Amino acid sequence: MSFILVYSFYENVDLAVDVAAFQFSNWRELFTDDYYHYAIWKTLRMSIIVTALAAVLGYIPAYFIAMTRFRHKWLLLLLLILPFWVSFIIRTLSWIHILGNQGAINGVLQWLGIVEEPVAMMFTELTVIIGFLHVFLPYMILNIYVSLEGIDRNLEPAARTLGCTPWQAFREVTLPLSIPGLGAGCLLVFVLTAGSYVTPLILGGPDDFLFGNLIYDAIISELNWPMGATLSFALLLLLGLVVVAYSRMMGLNQLYKAFS
Amino acid sequence: MARVELRGVTKAFGLVRAVQKADITFEEGSFTTLLGPSGCGKTTILRMISGLESPTSGDILIGDQRVNEIPIHKRNLGLVFQNYALFPHKTIAENIAFGLKYRSVEKSEMQERVKNALEVVRLPGVEDRYPAQLSGGQQQRIALARAIVIEPSVLLLDEPLSALDANLREEMRVELTAIQHRIGVTTIFVTHDQSEALAMSDRIIVMSAGNVEQVGTPREVYNAPRSEFVANFLGAANILQGEVVDSGPDGVAVDNEVFGTFPVSNGDLDGLRPGDPVRVVMRAEKVKLSRAPHGDGMAAAGQGSVEAVDYQGQVVRYFIRSGECQLQVIDMIEDRPFAVDEQVFVGVRGVDCSIVRS
Repeated sequence: MSFILVYSFYENVDLAVDVAAFQFSNWRELFTDDYYHYAIWKTLRMSIIVTALAAVLGYIPAYFIAMTRFRHKWLLLLLLILPFWVSFIIRTLSWIHILGNQGAINGVLQWLGIVEEPVAMMFTELTVIIGFLHVFLPYMILNIYVSLEGIDRNLEPAARTLGCTPWQAFREVTLPLSIPGLGAGCLLVFVLTAGSYVTPLILGGPDDFLFGNLIYDAIISELNWPMGATLSFALLLLLGLVVVAYSRMMGLNQLYKAFS
Repeated sequence: MARVELRGVTKAFGLVRAVQKADITFEEGSFTTLLGPSGCGKTTILRMISGLESPTSGDILIGDQRVNEIPIHKRNLGLVFQNYALFPHKTIAENIAFGLKYRSVEKSEMQERVKNALEVVRLPGVEDRYPAQLSGGQQQRIALARAIVIEPSVLLLDEPLSALDANLREEMRVELTAIQHRIGVTTIFVTHDQSEALAMSDRIIVMSAGNVEQVGTPREVYNAPRSEFVANFLGAANILQGEVVDSGPDGVAVDNEVFGTFPVSNGDLDGLRPGDPVRVVMRAEKVKLSRAPHGDGMAAAGQGSVEAVDYQGQVVRYFIRSGECQLQVIDMIEDRPFAVDEQVFVGVRGVDCSIVRS
């Protein structure tokens, strides 16, 4: 890490030619160029959208798995972990076969005669969001599930006998007691999204880049390692700040609990 | 306050019938215990009264109102759970005030009532603590305070003492009864512990496998069990096989291997005729042992030898062998306990024998 920090002060004089130095041109570029600010803003926005959607979409199955009286609960949890057996790049690519012009949805629509020409759905911000949700949702569900599983089953009935409707009992008891798991899931999904570059690369259009894509471009395409190092370190600092803010609010204990 | 009535209530879980055609009345202001082993349906009855389960058939009435279709939160009941079920993220005051909040009680009155409830359970001054900061016994009191502060029409207690250790349990037993007497709320108590049931209740309902076995005051169910199950479940009892040799208006004469022919005038005597096989219950602590033959006070007398001695400090439990039959006897220790293989005389008074149907 300190190597990355040192490298960020080097100077790139030509393609892949770096000179050891101590100068701030890379950092100055990051702070002054609006392009980078826009990328940071875009990344934060995307991470917040994905996190919020994942929280809502993840809570429902987590609640269902935790509360079900189905005897083979392990099977449901296994289904949740099953996607991890396939590389996430392949899972991401699979959306092309679903949403693409020759994909499943367009195929069905055309076969039914609802549309003549395929509907363009791929390579938009929406497909990137769908791709993220698909890959990160299990992390959210598992974290919320662990939290819900730890709640005493008698608490909701107790609230009910004291005068709560089912919804009030959920809001008074289950929701607040599952906040640690929900928070841990949100932190994970936020950080994972903010650090991604493959998903927008595969599923996004030319405008759907995240901060991670700039790092990728700087290092792989432009062979400008010092700038890449600067951007990497900046992202690290930003996400570090998010984690610090989170742990001030919630404590990090829940994170360990979710993984143990 | 209200009476609670079950009319032909049956609850089936799949093919299992947890409760079968129960007709039970819980009198207004009374302390009634549902007693039975686990799986006998006692908790299911409690959950049906509270609304957490709904009966498969039959009616449940609270006061004079049929409540089958009334949702839990509108039944105005106080329910105390075995594990207390206090809200861990709320302070004690918030826990107790929880029910009041949903009854739109004003802030100032709420504080007053929380304070009173804490005084009733003798735990004043813990308003700002969290449940985890209190001991098990204290949490138990808070759970009770939370249930009674809403002035419920019925107080339901689901094995509330079983999570406490022995000494605390006895202390809470006395306290719980005292609080119930003070506020006079109709109380339904579920337990598998016979001594809790005998010590606390006005009335005991003994249950087994979804059926009501016997209903009565603690003394009735203890002294005059109507079935073999009740006899065995409450205290230690000897159940002897016998045959009716004579019957009259006051009772029957029974012939038994150990005691010969002796009169029995208690229990289920209806329609017994000479020749009928019967079972006679004798409580273990009512059987008297002696080194010399018993006098005229004993209705039934026999002889046997001490097979085993189980010394328990306060009392001794003997196993007496007489022919094919083994008797269990609990005796207060007076002077020298009997020794193994010692020959003893066994005697039982007439009032301590009763007939049960098998």
